[in-house]
Amino acid sequence: MYSEKVMEHFRNPRNMGEIPDADGVGTVGNPVCGDVMTVYIKVKENRIADIKFKTFGCGAAIATSSMITELAKGKTIDEALKITRGDVAESLGGLPPIKMHCSNLAADALHEAIKDYQAKKGVK
Amino acid sequence: MKKAYMDYGAGTLVDPRVLEAMKPYFTEVFGNPSSVHSLGQEAKRAMEESRKNVADFVGAETKEEIIFTSGATESNNLAIKGVAYRNRNRGNHIITTTIEHMSVINTFKYLQKEGFKTTYVTVDKYGIVDAEALRNAITDQTILVSVMYANGEIGTVEPIKEIGEIAHEKNICFHVDAVAAAGQVPIDVINEHIDLLSLSSNDFYGPKGVGALYIKTGTKIQPIIHGGGQERGLRSGTENVPAVVGMGEAAKISKREMESESVRLSELRDRLIDGVLDRIPHSFLNGHPTKRLPNNANLRFGYIEGESLILSLDMEGVATSSGSACTSKTLEPSHVLLAIGLAHEEAHGSLVFTLGRWTTKDQIDYVLKILPGIVRRLRAISPLTPKELLR
Repeated sequence: MYSEKVMEHFRNPRNMGEIPDADGVGTVGNPVCGDVMTVYIKVKENRIADIKFKTFGCGAAIATSSMITELAKGKTIDEALKITRGDVAESLGGLPPIKMHCSNLAADALHEAIKDYQAKKGVK
Repeated sequence: MKKAYMDYGAGTLVDPRVLEAMKPYFTEVFGNPSSVHSLGQEAKRAMEESRKNVADFVGAETKEEIIFTSGATESNNLAIKGVAYRNRNRGNHIITTTIEHMSVINTFKYLQKEGFKTTYVTVDKYGIVDAEALRNAITDQTILVSVMYANGEIGTVEPIKEIGEIAHEKNICFHVDAVAAAGQVPIDVINEHIDLLSLSSNDFYGPKGVGALYIKTGTKIQPIIHGGGQERGLRSGTENVPAVVGMGEAAKISKREMESESVRLSELRDRLIDGVLDRIPHSFLNGHPTKRLPNNANLRFGYIEGESLILSLDMEGVATSSGSACTSKTLEPSHVLLAIGLAHEEAHGSLVFTLGRWTTKDQIDYVLKILPGIVRRLRAISPLTPKELLR
């Protein structure tokens, strides 16, 4: 069902946790649907210096959250905004078709966190 | 790593004794039971012995009341469509419940499109069918009541005899899907007023791809598969003799061992349920605490999701199921969990253990040892977990 890479990230999620003094926080999903992701970012000199996540959901939801933190860490804000749901799925060696929409929300959570950061900074 | 298969409700292994009984019917006694020659007649005799074993298994009066099918889905389709179409001149109303298997619910939906009126009787928070609501749903147009003997997901055993009495008082045909109950609790079609009863071989250690429908003598149904007239014209097609022999042997063994096995499994089940509720905060039992199949423990954990639990347990060698949306083909949580009143977010956190003939106390204790850590890890990852639970 899942690729080895998905299972590996599910087993050992990277950057799991919270950042108490985060510069931006983004939450997407809904417990009713079975997936909720929160992404925390810390920004230094326009780069994502630190990123952490917390996720309620299936194996794919946890693996995509873990993967987005790896993809985004160290990237500039503009680069991070360009990361798509497709990039996340591809980096994980693909996802089952039924999981592509429901559990592949990590890129959205990252973008929400960046929007939150920009709003706090007064950036348009 | 230990191995503990606890998904017997989804599929059992074939009991080695059953497999042995089947073997000659692949390469030695391979004749077609409809053939006149001795090889065909020998296959026919084996099939009739199997029919007798299945009849005894459910308390049928004669073996002719048993029709072999390809499994539970076909048995349910044949029973419901068969009765509905055959009795259309008497009425067009059919009744079932909100917690049936999809092969019942989707057959009802199909018949609704065909012009039948359908009623889905609700259940209480334990999954017990409201017999009075069922009685009140009956009209002079009602021709069929279909209720499962026990629910395989939440384990609740229904008041079948009481419902059968209600149906028969009003002269209405009563169908029972006994797939989850067969081999777990004794079934008595006569005493329980059952006219049709569906069985699946693989739920009691027989092979997959074979099932049966009990049809009480005098019950009028119409076939849904037409052809050469096998199985009294109700299920045409050359019989799968090895599988039928396997189902008969499985029924014989289950009947013989049920009493002691159900005591043994109930003890293991309660050890698992009590152990989990004891060790893990915010864990709950789904289904009825006592009116429950001996092999079923359906547990629910707050703040985490079922598929993550299944994957985590699988990594430790334990095979389980869940009613979470993430494990379904429709992305909806189990209709059974919603029917007993759980919110979507609660239903997502369910985990189903179905124990079986090879489940041991050691395996239960192994699950009790590893599950608290797995739940703690997933709760630490979840943003919904209250802080005080993580300390």
